[in-house]
Amino acid sequence: MKVMRAREWAFPIAPVRREVRRATPELDEGKPPVLFVPGFGHGAWVFAEHWLEHTADRGFPAYAVSLRGHGDSAKAPKATLRAYAHDVAQVAASLPRRAVIVGHGAGALVTAHALARYPARAAVLLSPVFGGAGTALRNPMLSLPALFGGGLRLPAGQLFSRELPANAARGYAARLGRASTRAQWQLLRGRTPQPPVGDPPVLVVGSPDDRIVSDTALRRVARGYGGAPLLFPGMGHDLMLDTRWREPIDAILDWLEKSA
Amino acid sequence: MTYSAGYGDPESGGPATAWRDGWPVYDRSGTVCVIGAGPSGLTAMKNLKEQGFGVDCYERDTSVGGAWNWRHDRSPVYASTHLISSKPFSQFPDFPMPDSWPDYPKHSQVLEYLEHYADHFDLKPHIWFGTEVVKVEPAEGERWDVTTRSTGGYGGERIHRYAAVVIANGHNWSPKRPEYEGLEDFKGEVIHAAQFKDAAQLRNKKVLVIGAGNTGCDIAVEAAQQAARCWHSTRRGYWYTPKYTLGRPADQVNDLMLWLKLPLRARQFLAHRTLKSTVGDLTRFGLPKPDHKIYETHTIVNSQLVYYLGHGAVSPVGDVARFHRNSVELKGGEVIEPDLVVLATGYHPSFDFIDGNLLGVDASGRPRLAMHAFPKRQPTLAVAGLLQPDSGLFPLVHWQMVAFARMLRVREAAPAKAVAVQRRLEAELDRRWTTAKVKDSTRHWFEISHTTYLKAIQRLLDELSLEGAK
Repeated sequence: MKVMRAREWAFPIAPVRREVRRATPELDEGKPPVLFVPGFGHGAWVFAEHWLEHTADRGFPAYAVSLRGHGDSAKAPKATLRAYAHDVAQVAASLPRRAVIVGHGAGALVTAHALARYPARAAVLLSPVFGGAGTALRNPMLSLPALFGGGLRLPAGQLFSRELPANAARGYAARLGRASTRAQWQLLRGRTPQPPVGDPPVLVVGSPDDRIVSDTALRRVARGYGGAPLLFPGMGHDLMLDTRWREPIDAILDWLEKSA
Repeated sequence: MTYSAGYGDPESGGPATAWRDGWPVYDRSGTVCVIGAGPSGLTAMKNLKEQGFGVDCYERDTSVGGAWNWRHDRSPVYASTHLISSKPFSQFPDFPMPDSWPDYPKHSQVLEYLEHYADHFDLKPHIWFGTEVVKVEPAEGERWDVTTRSTGGYGGERIHRYAAVVIANGHNWSPKRPEYEGLEDFKGEVIHAAQFKDAAQLRNKKVLVIGAGNTGCDIAVEAAQQAARCWHSTRRGYWYTPKYTLGRPADQVNDLMLWLKLPLRARQFLAHRTLKSTVGDLTRFGLPKPDHKIYETHTIVNSQLVYYLGHGAVSPVGDVARFHRNSVELKGGEVIEPDLVVLATGYHPSFDFIDGNLLGVDASGRPRLAMHAFPKRQPTLAVAGLLQPDSGLFPLVHWQMVAFARMLRVREAAPAKAVAVQRRLEAELDRRWTTAKVKDSTRHWFEISHTTYLKAIQRLLDELSLEGAK
């Protein structure tokens, strides 16, 4: 646990306007709030598509944040990973009760960083992109432009399974944005996040057919948190937008009911 | 999360299993007792809960927030109270204050923050409001018998037995009143800063404010705006740091220097230069020259005092010699005639419910605690938040309590290790946690530098790590 944080104290993260989408259950059953964190290039809308309503229908107050520079949050071309993690911790701490954080893609890495600054009740890492040389080598055509300051390329074929109708996939892909160049660099460098505070249970979810995160990478992240990944074969990287979006979210909520 | 004992009503703890002086004692088994639901008590509960302990908290008032809750009769806050450390130093390290709040939040925001903290971490079901602790006595097996009753003494007393006790009763509620010759005969009004609530109390009066602490300076500034006349009596010279230097909150500039690992002397040099070029030499207003270097006592953070000194709205005067019927005589022989005297002379820590020997309290009322928190030979007792930091208190007390909760866990899992750590702590019982030499005054004995203290906490947490021991 890192107690001395002189650099963070001396340079606090600048406040920005943040987009938070929500869906709350009709009846408050006292279940913990779930905060969804989208990955690089994605906004809160990816969860608003199916998962937010579904989570609320199952009795969990559901929220999704757009990291700065994404979705309808304010522009932030110079944002760092720390600024993204700050966005997550800010929203989590503003919720009425201790929250569960669900991070997707590189948003899982942002979540892992946020877990070191906010004692979440539990955390779920979806198709986690923890960065480092491995990720870049697996996806050279995607990462290469990022090395030169461009965006990470996220074509529809890489994000969704073939089950998703082609025009829907194109529609989603057209709505994607990009993370800041600095944050992309930090992702490629892949510094290990500090350990989580408050010892939350962590579940890793992914697909062996994900074309961005390899099976090995998925297992490595899961092992880091002392478990094995929960797998949904046949699905693409963006589990929450795929045709079978219902299966992973139900499995996650079942797990939450048991462990949080 | 597992609780070692029933969660909820301490009164349904089953039949009494022991007796003390003819009274039944209800055993709360592994539960920890927290005294007070102010910031220190709340973070103690949250961190103990997080590490799997059951907690019962007793709070004499009817809501959380302790000193920060202006509704409490013991609260020292006044209408214009605001933080003197900026947000990064004022918030719990794992629960950020909202981005929409200013750099230096107001006391009502601090209370809102504490109430939200209590709700967010579901602490309120563990708190017994309107209940005060009468006695804390040791029981066998390094456990504690805690006697409670309704605040004000209605109803009977009850005794519960706990595995450990955290004393978080605060240290800003028992006013310290200096003795002055002739004070009883003085015909004007004399109040302690604790009784100062609103600037209206000063309106159109001739006010003498005694005390150069942060509260004294705040009240002098209020008086400069409201009162007919304001004298500010200080015994010696202090450093007045503005809230902003070099375009950012001053404490962030200081930690920037720490991050750059500048040695103390270099930081003192830079701070002296910065103050000289911004605030300037204060002796030109008649203030005494500081008799120490900056960072040797905690600095006074006030941008407005110097402004009002420059406008003649505050007249600096020296120490008070004696009071007469209608006037006050100063050490220099000057006589002034205030209608209202505000004693901003600080507070005493007070632990009237526990035998002082257990905390090593000496004749001057000062407890002897390792890291100002852990008493000698009492591994299951801790005092939370008894610190006067050069920065915000909340992060420090958070880490104190993380360490204490971990210490209790280690006592179960690896007793030998816990004993070794306890010994090490006791060897440093009298150590001061400051970077610079601190002026010896009762006000300063629990003064600490946040960096020195947090480094010591880091070391303690590393020692208490159970990795490898499991």
